[in-house]
Amino acid sequence: MIGCGRVGSSVALQLHNEGWEVVVVDEKEDALTRLGEHWPGAFLVGHGMDVDLLREAGIEQADAVVVATDGDNTNIVIGQVAQKRFGVQCVVVRVLDPARARFYAERGLRTVCPTSVAIDTLMEAVRACELPARATAAVRAVSS
Amino acid sequence: MYVIVAGGGKVGANVARSLLRLGHELTLIEQRPDRFERLEEEFEHQVQRGDATELYVLERAGIARPPDIVLALTGDDEDNMVICQIARERYGVPKTIARVNDPRNQAHFDLLGISPTICATSSIMALVEHEVPEHELIHLLELRKENLEIVEVQIDRDSPSAGKRVEKLSLPEGARLISVMRDGKAEIAVGSTTLQAGDQVLAILEPGKEDELRRVLLSR
Repeated sequence: MIGCGRVGSSVALQLHNEGWEVVVVDEKEDALTRLGEHWPGAFLVGHGMDVDLLREAGIEQADAVVVATDGDNTNIVIGQVAQKRFGVQCVVVRVLDPARARFYAERGLRTVCPTSVAIDTLMEAVRACELPARATAAVRAVSS
Repeated sequence: MYVIVAGGGKVGANVARSLLRLGHELTLIEQRPDRFERLEEEFEHQVQRGDATELYVLERAGIARPPDIVLALTGDDEDNMVICQIARERYGVPKTIARVNDPRNQAHFDLLGISPTICATSSIMALVEHEVPEHELIHLLELRKENLEIVEVQIDRDSPSAGKRVEKLSLPEGARLISVMRDGKAEIAVGSTTLQAGDQVLAILEPGKEDELRRVLLSR
């Protein structure tokens, strides 16, 4: 797990609870606190672009790599390094920008775009609002 | 020629200025508002504000034309890699040149096929190595596309290769001697060439074979 912010730490904890052996990498030592007081897995301080650190984290034996630092382009590059240099089969990369997420998804990177997910969820929530009949008619009148 | 320059720091701004002086058409992209304001005074409509790794920013700068060259010169290596990938693979830009800020990231640029690259630190180190005599093996040229490099080695009296014919040396696989410079004259190195103390030998080799070559020629 590269990047231990709100998302990364939660994913790491959930994977651990599901029985995975998880190694977490983050630039800041403070990020360890997000994993709670008794994080049983490994935690390495360093940058995910550093191949020595990735090796130390066991990337050569990893079944999966999840990349969720706070930089889209950092995630995109680390994801490709995991895939192309280390041959990791399952690489999942967080990319906030929908356009870049789509571009790299088309090129074989498994990207997850929270922005697109949020847009879809918000749209669904708005559509699900039960408007009074008159208000709905007014909306229709305005939109037509 | 039409050029997009991503990154308006010292490097990007100076390159843009030079290109304009040569009469080329260009768009400079800078993200930071303070920098952008200063650049706008000089470059006017030829500078745009935005993140050059965002597709709509690149499109606004005319990436779909496409430009003849995209220069990725930001201070962030990941950004430079993504800019080059998008430019080449999505918009068919024929040539990209990327700046490498941290030489440790060079391997990532190579992995992603981003070439040519330019790294100030590596260039300075190559020049320093050329000056410092204790580095017996001097890097002269890197042929990145071919994955080969050319180095210079000075043979001295204690070198095990001094007095030996080239064909008798057990050179590592992926390394060949090119020429021998002796008394100011260079000769192509062939099997029957005998190395002598004082020779300056040029060799071509795959990166990573330096230590083996050094051992064979100099036993160090």
